[in-house]
Amino acid sequence: MNIVVCIKQVPGTTEVKIDPETNTLIRQGIENIINPFDTYAIEEAVRLKEKHGGKVTVLTMGPPQADAALKEAVSVGADEVILLSDRAFAGADTWATANTLAKAIQKIGAFDLIITGRQTIDGDTGQVGPEMSEMLNIPFIAYVSQIEEIKEGYLRVSRMIEEGHEVLETTLPAIITVAKEINIPRLPSLRGMMKSKSAAVTTWSIKELGVNDKEVGLAGSSTQVVKIFFPQRVSQAEVLTGEPAEQVEKLIGKLKEAKLI
Amino acid sequence: MDYFLTEEQKTIRELARRIAEEKVLPVRAELDEKEEFPWEIVKELAAADMFRVFIPEEYDGLGGGCLDLCLVTEELSRVCCGVATTYAVNALGCLTLIEYGTEEQKKKYLPDIASGKRLAAFAITEPTAGSDSSNIKTTADKVDGGYLLNGTKQFITNGGEAEIYTIIALTDKTRGARGASAIIVEKGTEGFTFGKKEKKMGIRASITSELVFHNCLVPEENLIGKPGLGFIQAMRLFDKSRPGIGAEAVGLCQGALEAATDYAAQRIQFDHPIITEPVVQQMLADMSINTEAARALVYAAARYVDSGAKDVTEYSAAAKVFASDAAMKITVDAVQVCGGSGYMRDYPVEKMMRDAKILQIYEGTNQILRNAIAMNLRKRKART
Ligand SMILES: Cc1cc2nc3c(=O)[nH]c(=O)nc-3n(C[C@H](O)[C@H](O)[C@H](O)COP(=O)(O)OP(=O)(O)OC[C@H]3O[C@@H](n4cnc5c(N)ncnc54)[C@H](O)[C@@H]3O)c2cc1C
Ligand SMILES: Cc1cc2nc3c(=O)[nH]c(=O)nc-3n(C[C@H](O)[C@H](O)[C@H](O)COP(=O)(O)OP(=O)(O)OC[C@H]3O[C@@H](n4cnc5c(N)ncnc54)[C@H](O)[C@@H]3O)c2cc1C
Repeated sequence: MNIVVCIKQVPGTTEVKIDPETNTLIRQGIENIINPFDTYAIEEAVRLKEKHGGKVTVLTMGPPQADAALKEAVSVGADEVILLSDRAFAGADTWATANTLAKAIQKIGAFDLIITGRQTIDGDTGQVGPEMSEMLNIPFIAYVSQIEEIKEGYLRVSRMIEEGHEVLETTLPAIITVAKEINIPRLPSLRGMMKSKSAAVTTWSIKELGVNDKEVGLAGSSTQVVKIFFPQRVSQAEVLTGEPAEQVEKLIGKLKEAKLI
Repeated sequence: MDYFLTEEQKTIRELARRIAEEKVLPVRAELDEKEEFPWEIVKELAAADMFRVFIPEEYDGLGGGCLDLCLVTEELSRVCCGVATTYAVNALGCLTLIEYGTEEQKKKYLPDIASGKRLAAFAITEPTAGSDSSNIKTTADKVDGGYLLNGTKQFITNGGEAEIYTIIALTDKTRGARGASAIIVEKGTEGFTFGKKEKKMGIRASITSELVFHNCLVPEENLIGKPGLGFIQAMRLFDKSRPGIGAEAVGLCQGALEAATDYAAQRIQFDHPIITEPVVQQMLADMSINTEAARALVYAAARYVDSGAKDVTEYSAAAKVFASDAAMKITVDAVQVCGGSGYMRDYPVEKMMRDAKILQIYEGTNQILRNAIAMNLRKRKART
């Protein structure tokens, strides 16, 4: 079972602060971590490997310092790690991100399964996984909460849907995104941590990937961030006074006025 | 302070701290309350390779020494001294084997201890042999097919939960301590049962039990080293393990200091945090000074042990005595700083104070160790 896991390095906080002058994220003083949802993807891949043999390759696109995320992946069981890093990759939207990752996966070659997190805690779109499945033309299943059976060319999973659980089968290779219900990610082991310190991170730039600089990064993005802002919080509270019965009457009137009832 | 640890040692400390904070902290009060053996945590420690730390590399270990063991023990004890005791005693249970065992014995037992599959324990104490540990009565008579054990060991940490026991017993009862030998006994051997499980003041996540041997036959190849050397082997073992008790103490000092400082910074009386009171500040400063002094002495003793030096008795005893006395005083003061709240079970310092006491008692009481240090002083004086 050869498994590719895509992970993203994100700021270790959900309270992202935005510089009002430049409209960019304030990253200073914030430690980078592996996108929490992606830790479940790594764990599931490592468990599958431990059970069925094979290899876990972890892939990320990011700046050079994203190699810390890859080394952490090694400490919890990843066999090979690849960093996609190039100035030309900067400013990618979800399409350009998925495209770059998909090209890298094609370059890796034979794989049975791709696992991604359900979404990131910074970009938050949840689009990269599904987009990659289109680009690679392979089946896609989101929110997987349990892998029920996996064997050569076949996968059966249980996934979360609003009303409960849904069991799906697919051929392999395929791509899945995992929900956090799927497992409890392990802590690293000492051997893993020592191995990770000296782990070799393969780095691919545009050249190694053999892609055109028009299809990656800002140039390859058809969407662009024009502005980031916090939604204005407008609270218009109105206090109704009088006897309870009177208040209820006033409230009903207001609701009717607003065409809410 | 920077103790110039190697990269590997820093990694060990970092991961041990993570386990302590993420896995032990959430359950420590419950483990204490229920006097429950921490199997879940043992599994976590095993998965993280913590039991490999002190096992030689040839037997699936990481080949670390006394200092490496101290670093893990300290971090665990900072959060729970009971869990730290379980961990440290596991090492105690197999160090004799590492030191004096044959290749076959080591191959048979050490990989399972390294992986955390099986825990180890060490037993010398008996009802008649506490401080006077040479006064043991348990016998191991040479018979056809091995040694026949009879007798009772008391207050044995990890007793009942461990699978591999190093037992000090008399293979020649006519010679007293000189007739003692170290023998490995596996849990499940016929004639080997567990008696009373003790109810303790502190370190309640650690288990302390009686071991009962009744015509328990163990194979001859389970003898460690030569017959008659058991008592000396045990004394050498304690020389090496005592810095580990010191490390438990340092962890407790650190935990208590942090808890007291946090509390003093947020507790408001007379309109200001009590940490602004000079008297409280003096107490915290003394706690801090003694914590660091204890740590420095423990690390120095551990490094001296790791250097292979022979004359370690005095220094490892000093590290254990100084650090455990510091832990007792600091945890008492931590409760004082936390006032009425500190006396309550909802706050961690109450447990820390109960836990600290054992450190002045086991692996040689502090009085007995002071005797040993004084004896060395006298010997040195006599030689000059
Ligand atoms: C503040 C901000 C604003 C943004 N605005 C826009 C915008 O307007 N339009 C737009 O199209 N995009 C926008 N992006 C998206 C940005 O380009 C994304 O960070 C990136 O494309 C990945 O998308 P995502 O973070 O939403 O990942 P998701 O699609 O939520 O991630 C799903 C999974 O895909 C994998 N994955 C995601 N990124 C990577 C990676 N770099 N390397 C490896 N695996 C990865 C992970 O497994 C992850 O769990 C914005 C991002 C941020 C932080
Ligand atoms: C929780 C716990 C766990 C333990 N785990 C283990 C274990 O895993 N394996 C094991 O073999 N043992 C273990 N022990 C035993 C422990 O090492 C002994 O309890 C300890 O050595 C003291 O012996 P004692 O309890 O018989 O006290 P005693 O020897 O009866 O001492 C009582 C008091 O008299 C003092 N005293 C005695 N003789 C002298 C002297 N000559 N000079 C000055 N003062 C003296 C002592 O310092 C002490 O204050 C454990 C004990 C406890 C409580």
